[in-house]
Amino acid sequence: MIPLLRRVVVLSIVAALCLAAAPAAAHAFLDHALPAVGSTVHEAPRSVRLWFTEQIEPAFSRVSVLDASGKAIDAGDSHVDPSDASILAASVPVLAPGKYRVKWRVVSVDSHVTEGDFTFDIKP
Amino acid sequence: MNLTPVRGATLVALCIAAPGIAEAHGFAGKRFFPATLATDDPFVADELSLPTVSFQKFSGNGDEPGGRETDFSIDVAKRITENFGIGIGATYKRIRPAGGDTQNGFDNLAAGFKYKFYQNDMREAIVSAGVDWDIGGTGSRHVGAESFSTVTPALFFGKGFGDLPSSMKFLRPLAVTGLVGYGIPTRSSTTTTGDEGDIETERNPHTFEWGFSIQYSLPYLQSFVQDVGLKAPFNRMIPVVEFAMSTALDRGASGTTGTVNPGIIWAGQDIQWAIEAVIPVNHRSGNSVGVLAQLHFFLDDLFPQTLGRPLIR
Repeated sequence: MIPLLRRVVVLSIVAALCLAAAPAAAHAFLDHALPAVGSTVHEAPRSVRLWFTEQIEPAFSRVSVLDASGKAIDAGDSHVDPSDASILAASVPVLAPGKYRVKWRVVSVDSHVTEGDFTFDIKP
Repeated sequence: MNLTPVRGATLVALCIAAPGIAEAHGFAGKRFFPATLATDDPFVADELSLPTVSFQKFSGNGDEPGGRETDFSIDVAKRITENFGIGIGATYKRIRPAGGDTQNGFDNLAAGFKYKFYQNDMREAIVSAGVDWDIGGTGSRHVGAESFSTVTPALFFGKGFGDLPSSMKFLRPLAVTGLVGYGIPTRSSTTTTGDEGDIETERNPHTFEWGFSIQYSLPYLQSFVQDVGLKAPFNRMIPVVEFAMSTALDRGASGTTGTVNPGIIWAGQDIQWAIEAVIPVNHRSGNSVGVLAQLHFFLDDLFPQTLGRPLIR
């Protein structure tokens, strides 16, 4: 039976390696952002930029910035960076000190949907 | 009941594996739940565990020698619809009693289905129901595979704590998953003939199968709470503690056996790996720490247009 076990192990390893090597485009997770998730900044940003782990579909990916009352205050120009399809950005006007929430929803190029939100603070 | 090495190892293996197959992964809102190893979670998914490897020593009991067991498992799960899926699993066992001959062979096949009937994305909550079927007579008696089947209907749940107030924001990455099930053997007792011709009758109790996991998602912390500057591979790690338990309910049996499994899950884009210590909760569950490790593939991410999508959409 030992040879059978070895065969099972070898076949499994080969199958695992084949799967691991298969091309894949998975869920797009937020890798990092600017302003950073949960950060406090002392200079008002002019845009928010989000880096994802996968390329995303421009037509179905959006980011918005809300103030403390929940009102959208971004410039409404949410867009995927033409030079890097894993970056989503939006411009914001000059922001007063306070807490802001960034909400995003993206579709990766293989059509998986992910969404999320985070806050950042501006303090003088 | 005499605790032979094979039976002892089988008990430990049941504690590790029961009652689910093909542990799932999934999303509830922005929460990603990884596939847990020892307890099944509530998600219906397309995925493959290849392999799950466990190693456990078991102690002697009276005249019975101790030994060690290595298990090698393959589990696959497939969505039929978005919320309904099936799964099947096989385990090859190698049992080495101290001073005895090594026993090798397949354990009984396991099959099952699961239906997700509740999901609340805002609350990161999910509930599903399923049935696991340990198919009697499909494995080798040399490694303790039972001649009878056990059917286990179960409820599964998952809850993330992303809805906690901002004053508790560093607890938001916490999540729990768990299950409660009722194990129903298809035979009330089993009669076997020992090496010396003696006849043994073993009663097969109904069991209460229960377990849960507590997990702290570092990806959730980084992406939704606060970027604390974690770099790869730590930014994809999810520390987890699993509790996998079984309580005998009747037919002369009583008490709980199980293990507590602290470990780490690393979840990537289309693959995850995990390793856990397997700590018996009491003497009946064993008296040495084992290891459980798994390589797991998200077929919905690897093959989104073919294998990784529901058969009926």
